[in-house]
Amino acid sequence: MSQAPSVPPTIAEPALVPARRRRGLRVRVGRGAVPYLLLAPAVAVIAAVLAYPLYLLGALSFQQYGLFELIRHEGVWIGLDNYSTILHDSQFVDVLLRTVVFTAACVTLTMVFGTLIALLLAQLGSVMRLLLTTGLVLVWAMPVVVAVNLWIWMFDFEFGVVNYLLTELGVGDFIHHDWFENSLTGFAIIGAIVVWGAIPFVAITVFAGLTQVPKELVEAAELDGAGPGRIFRDITVPILKPIFVILTSLSIIWDFQVFNQVWIARGGQPAEEYFLMAIYAFVESFRVQQYGLGSAIAVLMVATLLVVTFFYIREMVRIGEVER
Amino acid sequence: MKRRLRRVGVNVLGLAVFVVMVFPVFWMVSTAFKEPFEILSFTPEFLPSPATLANFENAVNRPNFWSSVVNSLIVVVAVTTLSIVLAFLAALALAKFRFRGRAAFVVLIIGVQMVPLNALIIPLYILLSRAGQVDKLTGVIVTYLTFVLPFCVWTLRGFMLGVPRELEEAAMVDGSTRFGAFVRILLPLVAPGLVATSIFAFIQVWNEFIIAYVLLQSQEKHTLTVWLASFTTLRGTEWGPLMAAATLTALPVVAFFVLVHRRIAFGLTAGAVRG
Repeated sequence: MSQAPSVPPTIAEPALVPARRRRGLRVRVGRGAVPYLLLAPAVAVIAAVLAYPLYLLGALSFQQYGLFELIRHEGVWIGLDNYSTILHDSQFVDVLLRTVVFTAACVTLTMVFGTLIALLLAQLGSVMRLLLTTGLVLVWAMPVVVAVNLWIWMFDFEFGVVNYLLTELGVGDFIHHDWFENSLTGFAIIGAIVVWGAIPFVAITVFAGLTQVPKELVEAAELDGAGPGRIFRDITVPILKPIFVILTSLSIIWDFQVFNQVWIARGGQPAEEYFLMAIYAFVESFRVQQYGLGSAIAVLMVATLLVVTFFYIREMVRIGEVER
Repeated sequence: MKRRLRRVGVNVLGLAVFVVMVFPVFWMVSTAFKEPFEILSFTPEFLPSPATLANFENAVNRPNFWSSVVNSLIVVVAVTTLSIVLAFLAALALAKFRFRGRAAFVVLIIGVQMVPLNALIIPLYILLSRAGQVDKLTGVIVTYLTFVLPFCVWTLRGFMLGVPRELEEAAMVDGSTRFGAFVRILLPLVAPGLVATSIFAFIQVWNEFIIAYVLLQSQEKHTLTVWLASFTTLRGTEWGPLMAAATLTALPVVAFFVLVHRRIAFGLTAGAVRG
């Protein structure tokens, strides 16, 4: 990381020229306000579109806020009732557990396959590397709505190509197999869509990190008789640790709030067995019209992710991203 | 010999990964060019024969296709322009000035990008309904600023940090004012970063689904992704036109993405893009 010299901008003022000295002083005072003035518009907008809604989310979670209140533009304060309703709701516990398991599976698969593909990229010849990178970028660029639709088509129970291929390959009889009938295989496909879309970012970022690992270190270890597994564990992983921490936190944050993939795959009407946290909060708010209850679920979601965000930001501070 | 065998093995593995990853995209494009009888076949062919443009014609002639393209463009241009202008000023402050509270603000910008958008929909919807902005593009535009603006600030700051301070200082020693140095040195060097950030903001806005889905209820207000998602629910699914429409939706994103993904990769590590 190239550490920029921490010289205040005023130092460039040619202070040695006496005639300009007084002006320099005045400019310096005025200049103190400049960064704040530059920041002001962005801060104002962020406060309006992010900070205030976040506050309102918290406030709503303590209110009875249904259709009537929506029309009246005012909720009724009910304290912790929404939270106690949720926490005593066995459905919420199910949804929470399902979301945790789903997130853990997706993040693990994304990180493992992403890293393996990155290691593979490092081994490939230049033509194959370019080809694979291009493929990864193509997948990365797919809009989520598009990705979901094309996966659903591939897994269509009647004319889907996957059922055809599996049957042809002799894996079993998959003719007219409906993958979404059972929510477990349904979630396997939804997870595949998520992981497929997330792998390119992880693979390309880890690969970029791999190119930063000093060759001398690897060669020295090889001379000392270390195998590839040992080199990966004792050299690559420690050096790439910040990247892994950052990518894992980001993946957790993204996968914990998966919404589009489930919603579109289930045609906008997911059955209860397909509820994840984001879906649950959405349905409680916009279908059942219990915005207060939905907000309480969302608050719990934000709170959970706040813990992950903490680790992410700590790593960013540690690698000096903040202080540059 | 063993070395060469290993090399071949690695490359074959690379090819296999490529095929598995790219196959879904290939299948989408291939389906888009197929005749209906080929699509509804129990023994699918991998390449369309004969290839047809009928699905594309069908897709673009559907009700509300063009209005949704126009709506998407309006939203994209408005959000990107607003965000880039505000973010440019803020990034300038963060990258080129030292002041009290700078580090705190940087942490804030990173943290704010981590707030789950899916959780914010509820209060944003309530606020917009109070302001009478539900089912209006302006409401969507304002809402999109929640994730595009912090992203742009963060990414542009990165690009500006990439411009060596010495260059500006040299210009000022040569008698340039700070503003002169800014216009003649910083701006041209940051320009590619501005373009890349704009394009990436474009992509994020173009792809967004839930907010537009919640806020825009009447069909003629739909953006392209909402229009595309409504495809499935209409009396069974017509896969050919759906795949053609999906291809059309992805096309501008892919084109732009290929242009900028290198420049933007570091910004992504910073948690810039939501999954």
